[in-house]
Amino acid sequence: MSSLAEHSVVGLCIPIAERSATIHSDQYRLPIMTVTAPNTVTTIIGLEVHVQLKTETKLFCGCKTQFGAPPNTQVCPVCLGLPGALPVMNDRAIELAVKAGLAINCDIPPMSKWDRKQYFYPDLPKGYQISQFDLPICGEGYLDIPDDENDGDTVRIGITRAHLEEDAGKSMHDEASGTGDTRIDLNRCGTPLLEIVSEPDMRSSAQAQAYLTQLKALMIHMGISDCEMQEGSLRVDANVNLHINVGEKKIATPIVEVKNMNSFRAVEAAIEHEVVRQYDVWQETGKTIKEEPKTTRGWDDTKEITFQQREKEESADYRYFPDPDLLPVRILREQVEAIRSTLGETPDQTRDRLPGQYGIKPYDADVIVKSGSQMVVYFERVAELSGDGKRASSWVQQDVMRTMKDRQIDVSDFPVDADKLGDLLKRIAAGDIDNSRAKDVFNHLVDNDQSVDEAIQSLGIESVDSSEIDALVQELLDANPKIVEDVLSGNEKAVGALIGQAKKKNPNANPQVIRETALRIIKSK
Amino acid sequence: MFDSASEILSLQSSGEATAVEIAEKTLAAIEVSQGKHNSFTHVARESALAAAAAVDAKRGSGEKLGPLAGVPVAVKDVLCTRDMPTTCSSNMLRNFEPPYDATVVQKLRDADAVIVGKTNMDEFAMGASTETSAFGVTRNPWDTDRTPGGSSGGAAACVAAGSVPLSLGTDTGGSIRQPAAFCGVTGLKPTYGRVSRFGLVAFASSLDQIGPIAWSAADCALMLETIAGFEPRDSTSLETPVASYTEALASTDLRGLKIGVLRNSIDTDGLDDSIRAAVNASTDAFKELGAEIVEVDLPHSNYWVPTYYVIAPSEASSNLSRYDGAHYGHRASDIDRNTKDGPLVEMYCRSRSEGFGAEVKRRIMVGTYALSEGYADEYYNKALKVRRLIKGDYDAAFTQCDLLLGPVTPTSAFKLGDKIDDPIQMYLCDLFTVGANLAGVPAISVPAGFDAGGLPIGLQLQAPVLQESRLLFAANAFQSITDHHKHRPSC
Repeated sequence: MSSLAEHSVVGLCIPIAERSATIHSDQYRLPIMTVTAPNTVTTIIGLEVHVQLKTETKLFCGCKTQFGAPPNTQVCPVCLGLPGALPVMNDRAIELAVKAGLAINCDIPPMSKWDRKQYFYPDLPKGYQISQFDLPICGEGYLDIPDDENDGDTVRIGITRAHLEEDAGKSMHDEASGTGDTRIDLNRCGTPLLEIVSEPDMRSSAQAQAYLTQLKALMIHMGISDCEMQEGSLRVDANVNLHINVGEKKIATPIVEVKNMNSFRAVEAAIEHEVVRQYDVWQETGKTIKEEPKTTRGWDDTKEITFQQREKEESADYRYFPDPDLLPVRILREQVEAIRSTLGETPDQTRDRLPGQYGIKPYDADVIVKSGSQMVVYFERVAELSGDGKRASSWVQQDVMRTMKDRQIDVSDFPVDADKLGDLLKRIAAGDIDNSRAKDVFNHLVDNDQSVDEAIQSLGIESVDSSEIDALVQELLDANPKIVEDVLSGNEKAVGALIGQAKKKNPNANPQVIRETALRIIKSK
Repeated sequence: MFDSASEILSLQSSGEATAVEIAEKTLAAIEVSQGKHNSFTHVARESALAAAAAVDAKRGSGEKLGPLAGVPVAVKDVLCTRDMPTTCSSNMLRNFEPPYDATVVQKLRDADAVIVGKTNMDEFAMGASTETSAFGVTRNPWDTDRTPGGSSGGAAACVAAGSVPLSLGTDTGGSIRQPAAFCGVTGLKPTYGRVSRFGLVAFASSLDQIGPIAWSAADCALMLETIAGFEPRDSTSLETPVASYTEALASTDLRGLKIGVLRNSIDTDGLDDSIRAAVNASTDAFKELGAEIVEVDLPHSNYWVPTYYVIAPSEASSNLSRYDGAHYGHRASDIDRNTKDGPLVEMYCRSRSEGFGAEVKRRIMVGTYALSEGYADEYYNKALKVRRLIKGDYDAAFTQCDLLLGPVTPTSAFKLGDKIDDPIQMYLCDLFTVGANLAGVPAISVPAGFDAGGLPIGLQLQAPVLQESRLLFAANAFQSITDHHKHRPSC
């Protein structure tokens, strides 16, 4: 950690390398320059995760939630906070929030309500955010994460609550112009967010990482959120402090909430940085949680350090009160059970099932599962239709996912649906078409709404008669006696040289068929 | 001028007058009255004449006409109109034109009404005298040295002056009923949720309601029928189908109706003797109409005003946060970028300081305090509890009677300037009206006589939730045997 030097404190003479080495472990000992025994330090971590719910429209109006539209084009009087406009709750957001809650084992209370959280900021046009204060949509729950110290075991991380709220807009500070102008894009205003608050149950940055990975996979798998950190559909704030045993006494350092981390890697680095920084500060000042309960710090990704944010942001009084424009939300038991019945397999269960059922590697199963439940459905359909799980897995991971990424489309909108791809792969397996021609067909289907047959026809791909192949191969063998010799002397690979020549003469020739035909003719001599 | 909306409708159907002629006459009357009373913040001459011409064209081609075809209507300037400014009588929104119509405005247009302009009010509907308007005070047509009441002062004054037959007001703590009483007209605050609030610039969201002001209960019924109803864009809107309010007026026989007289209100020391006398006399009129009179009490009525003046400012402090100069409305110019808190905070402070008047600022401060950490339990949350008790009082009272009867105001219209520097005295104007808002029940103010100075006196009837028909039925019956509502100021 390059930043450590900035926080070294005179009197704490630990070599930098040694300190960084200690901070990965669950509990570690920091040697200090005193005559007493070393102190035992435990890191306490709780995470607040915001996931953007995958609804078509915003939380309180009919505007689209799509990412990347031109600034201020997905807005209306309601999300602009114009005088007289009123919010109306989006039922789909409630459904997704309950689904998310059930996925992380939360209680779903029968009643929840909306509150206003008030502060002034230009990207918050109403001057308050509609959120949930004392009656969140999801109560206590937990998430089991893999235990990195004991393979196969799990660690249970408690969930305090999960509540719904509307997102604010985006402020873009125009540093380049030199005028200090700020530009506001309100497209994101009113987008539904679920804030999932964990208990302070994590003890290392690795556990925080594991929790986030697990949570993200679950949210994607259940179709609750895209969880794209770069697009802001997943955001993390980390609460970190240390419990230090000094002799018989246990001391807690002030809790620090770290904000603005834009990747899981940043979360990990920020926690590691805080552990060292807080220990240094405690050594220097002796300040504990009693003197200073909580502060907020930002994360600087380039310098890899946390920094003090303005005091004002910490002492804010949000003056929460129930939003009089919205009714309390009542959730019937039957609704909860109906949503529970749509949960299906957990990602873990799917990951365990796929390799056995389709003969694919656990790694490949993991990649497919991490892409969400719709991708799992897509893959399974392709695998069934083609009768070849391995081939299906390879095509889904390479061709399908790459095209999705290039074109920024969801699997549900993918132009080559599972039935078409299954059909195509089945033909490869049957030897009707070779792999490289099949890629041409696939690429053609991406841009043209056609059946596999129509695509093959459009591309002028014909299936080649076996007598034609026999004649072609015979012609080539006559022209290449060296290859015949090599094969007869045991080097079967030599026929590979024929494939390129054969393809030149007849592009529809299947390489596998050419290989087999050549070997058959040579050996029959 | 014309007396009533129904008269204007029949003049057109009989061919005696066109909608354009009626609109011209109305606009001329407004022009005369405006110099004396200042009831309007905006007169929409061109769009009114265009709307009237459209009605005449429709009639000419035999098309079906809406229930308020060609009837001139004034709209309180707190309701959004897409073709006129919506200022809330505040410098903050002096130049604000909303891109959409409030639901009630849309409903008026759909009913073929002719919207003639926007009426003056207390700034953001905060006040009881229309003196807090940034567009100057409105004067009472009965005595131009006096207030028309507020906050819907312009809405009541323009009807009293005979300029328009119908106007839309809003009522958060009495803002329709008190000006109606001061101006000798009829004003109804519907059940909370009966009329959509979409497009009503919020003052206190859990209390605000839109309602009609007219000379008679019959005209109020006509207008309420047009504007009431469920609307999905207002989550607090009620789904119950709208009753036919005009049909409720068929009979004036009140036999079988039990009216509960609020004896404690009538005996209050602060009540003017002339008002006490008028209310008592009206009780006799109801007896004459066949109603049974009983005495009831709303035990927590002493807590109405304090409860209201915690809840309403709390909600207002939040609702008015959006006026920060960032997106629309007034923004201070020449922001000093080098102040201690930076240019953003400076812009907020100066825009709000310049844009809001004293009463609005006072309420924002009171509300902000009442919601603050450490004080919310003592003030806001306690007020919510008391509000439940108040609602309980109403529920209990309505097990003993069908309607409640009492005064609207402790005094008749006071002189301009008398209370503007004494907020507590001004707040006490709401003594008898805020209960209906806190409980969400409908209430009507009906002209009930005149004091020794010739100023109008109002009578208040309150009904259980969604019983607007019963209110209008009783008010109409009262007006069938009294003529208080037929008197006109000599302006």
